[in-house]
Amino acid sequence: MTARVGVVTFPGTLDDRDTQRAVRVAGAEAVPLWHRDKDLKQVDAVVLPGGFSYGDYLRAGAISRFSPVMESVIAQAKDGLPVLGICNGFQVLTETHLLPGAMLRNESLHFVCREQKLRVENADTAWTTDYTAGQEISVPLKNIDGRYVADARTLDMLEAEGRVAFRYLDVNPNGSLRDIAGITNEAGNVVGLMPHPEHAVEPLIGTGRTDGLGFFTSILKKLVNA
Amino acid sequence: MTLDTVKHAAETPEAEQPWAELGLKQDEYARIREILDRRPTGAELAMYSVMWSEHCSYKSSKVHLKQFGEKVPENDAMLVGIGENAGVVDVGQGYAVTFKVESHNHPSYIEPYQGAATGVGGIVRDILAMGARPVAVVDPLRFGAADHPDTKRVLPGVVAGIGGYGNCLGLPNIGGEVVFDACYQGNPLVNAGCIGVMKHEDIHLAKASGAGNKVILYGARTGGDGIGGVSVLASETFDATKPTKRPAVQVGDPFQEKLLIECTLEVFKEQLVAGIQDLGGAGLSCATSELASAGSGGMRVELDTVPLRDSSLSPEEILMSESQERMCAIVEPDKVDRFLEICEKWDVIATVIGEVTDGTRLEIFWHGEQIVDVPPRSVAHEGPTYHRPYARPDWQDALQADDANQLARPTTPEELRAQILQVVASPNQASKAWITDQYDRFVQGNTVLAQPEDSGMVRIDEETNLGVALATDGNGRFAKLDPYAGAQLALAEAYRNVAATGAKPLAVSDCLNFGSPEDPAVMWQFAEATRGLADACQTLGTPVTGGNVSLYNQTGEVAIHPTPVVAVLGVIDDVNRRTPVAFAQEGQLIYLLGDTAEELGGSAWSQVVHEHLGGLPPKVDLERERLLAEILISASRDGMADAAHDLSDGGLIQALVESCLRGGNGARLVVPEGVDPFVFLFSESAGRAVVSVPRSEELRFTDMCGARGLPATRIGVVDGDAIDVQGQFSIALDELRTAHEATIPGLIG
Repeated sequence: MTARVGVVTFPGTLDDRDTQRAVRVAGAEAVPLWHRDKDLKQVDAVVLPGGFSYGDYLRAGAISRFSPVMESVIAQAKDGLPVLGICNGFQVLTETHLLPGAMLRNESLHFVCREQKLRVENADTAWTTDYTAGQEISVPLKNIDGRYVADARTLDMLEAEGRVAFRYLDVNPNGSLRDIAGITNEAGNVVGLMPHPEHAVEPLIGTGRTDGLGFFTSILKKLVNA
Repeated sequence: MTLDTVKHAAETPEAEQPWAELGLKQDEYARIREILDRRPTGAELAMYSVMWSEHCSYKSSKVHLKQFGEKVPENDAMLVGIGENAGVVDVGQGYAVTFKVESHNHPSYIEPYQGAATGVGGIVRDILAMGARPVAVVDPLRFGAADHPDTKRVLPGVVAGIGGYGNCLGLPNIGGEVVFDACYQGNPLVNAGCIGVMKHEDIHLAKASGAGNKVILYGARTGGDGIGGVSVLASETFDATKPTKRPAVQVGDPFQEKLLIECTLEVFKEQLVAGIQDLGGAGLSCATSELASAGSGGMRVELDTVPLRDSSLSPEEILMSESQERMCAIVEPDKVDRFLEICEKWDVIATVIGEVTDGTRLEIFWHGEQIVDVPPRSVAHEGPTYHRPYARPDWQDALQADDANQLARPTTPEELRAQILQVVASPNQASKAWITDQYDRFVQGNTVLAQPEDSGMVRIDEETNLGVALATDGNGRFAKLDPYAGAQLALAEAYRNVAATGAKPLAVSDCLNFGSPEDPAVMWQFAEATRGLADACQTLGTPVTGGNVSLYNQTGEVAIHPTPVVAVLGVIDDVNRRTPVAFAQEGQLIYLLGDTAEELGGSAWSQVVHEHLGGLPPKVDLERERLLAEILISASRDGMADAAHDLSDGGLIQALVESCLRGGNGARLVVPEGVDPFVFLFSESAGRAVVSVPRSEELRFTDMCGARGLPATRIGVVDGDAIDVQGQFSIALDELRTAHEATIPGLIG
């Protein structure tokens, strides 16, 4: 048996097909989920991919959180459904308060697209068990609203509870506080990050590295072994 | 105001009409009256004025563009040629690829962000209208002097517009160029290219056939933006005395375009579309007349059914509006419901606005009253043709006589070293990462190569690894010195760039950027450049499949350099065999392919060190280009070269610096015996490339070059952390990197 991983498409989602491919490359089954549909089709995990959902004209992720599909995602995430939010997906997760904090415009005020080095700080979440804590990986990063912010108390709490899942190395590309690239919820089932692991799953394509594949193999192993 | 109906027009032949304000010439207006056998209505006048503008009718250029059809080379790959929204070529395995380059120059000067953004949107819809999924975009850009204050206004706006729109569409930006030259100060060139992929059977054409079929307008509501954009903006020289034209620039909504793409691909997939056209320049006037003109019958449109953003728009304005993100489809009646359902799924507004008739006229009604009754061909395809006078300018001889080979050269190794750093750090030769890092090059997960590689490359089949490559090149300095050779050099460079990455060049699209056609000197440049390009395409076997002409790129009497930008599309059977530019492996041997002559006319060195433009451009040898390309492709396919980089502006040293910096390795070089080190490093002779060859492949590689007669000179080895030219100088990579990468952020950032 294999795991079924749902990939949500909002209007304006861009990386849904890439994410479906990454799920397949890892050996799981990718199940397309539609924003208007509350039915999660009994998937074992959900990825909210990158893009500019609903154009992101109001605030990144601000409208998506109210879509029918998110009602089900929010409810099931609270019951332990593994959810990964990448880029716009991370923004949606903060808007839903499944993850704390918020994303502001990059410090440079420009869109930035680059190969980004990260340190995996927490290798115990549902999406990171195939990495080791402290492991350095390099995956593409591309965003304009990627500056992670939260109040000091929240940041201290995240640090103390080991919930900073990924930190930027060498360059902080968007001015995120404490170099935070991604975080997890307390239970470790909901993870969000700005960089794009789904673009780094095949040699030759993109950066030519496969450092992002671990996200998808991690969840597959967890689900198959469950 | 009373409605100017067809009936009213017939009854009031003497009514004054603003044909001149709409950009029509007196004889053109007279011809419209002759075609209609009465005066045109206001709506008809609006349609003719936009469709007969330079931008839509190619009236000054088409007598020259004909050559691209007449001199078309034998090429089995061509599926759809010039005249459709974009050309289509066969790339094997049942796939067809469509690609095109267009300009959005004038709007981008007035309003850089929206001008550039809607340029991306327009070219993407052209590709989409052929039935293809857009898979990548490229942006050849030209700005005024890098240190001019206005460049700081135009460039960041253009770059943000391209990024803001393209990134929201989910299309990887994989190539293009950024060039600075004072000649583009008041006329930046913002060209945009797009590649789309489909199966052969999915090709769609812009024609309306089958009486009773419905005309469906879908996408954004129609607003007041871009009205008159075509005739006023694209066909008129900027003049400081006239009022600001900002409102004539369209405003883009990439989110709407993204929905339009997905929605359109879905209606294609269910085979619901009999004909399709995007709405670009001239909006509904263009789409309805072109669809009807290319089809078998007539068309009837109820204009008052068009969904509006501004209910006060007049019928003339609705016909001329260039509101973005709209498409027009011809759909059989029994498929209309399903079509509308898919549009509803994607939250795209879709409205049946008319139907195909068995008549011969395009008829448009406004609340039941007829306001347009024209033969559609007369609007869309039978616009005026000008045989503009052209003459070789009297300054051309003096320009060519001002020989760059006579300029003062460095006399010591130290001076040579200093000039290398100066050239590598100059705005044109410097790294453009500050710009291209604002574009998403990874989205869709198929990007194999992106800038600063020689060509962009995307995989189009995940199972077989079939891929396509695209390179765009142009050198206005060369074309100024000799427009015939300059156009050929642009083609040669793009062709070489595609081959350097391992792909086989297949076909060409061009964007011809020139000054005013009313100037005989400019018209001569245009005639020479098109003739040169057509001849070279014939020799290289790469047909021109389509493109775009942008004229009136001049401020007052001063025209831009003639700037033909050429895009070459190539195919690669297995993207795993692609060749990047990076010298990634220490110990590999560096070979220079081709012959180096003393050719400095129009070179980067002459521009940077002497601010000079004169002499002759490098000699063109198309047979050599073809041979070089064959060698590069074979080397890639058979694993004989791990890196390859074409030689163009900046010459050998520029290519070596880029390959070394990209690979993080230095190079130890030896100047071949009897060769002047300065010429060796800075000459811009065409038909050359550098490759890095694994030692195990050296014999096989040199045997191949020898057998086919391509000069291959071993000039060094990938090694160390400096570029070291024996007996001359050494420059550490760190120093080169700083010089190369700091310039653009320093000037613009």
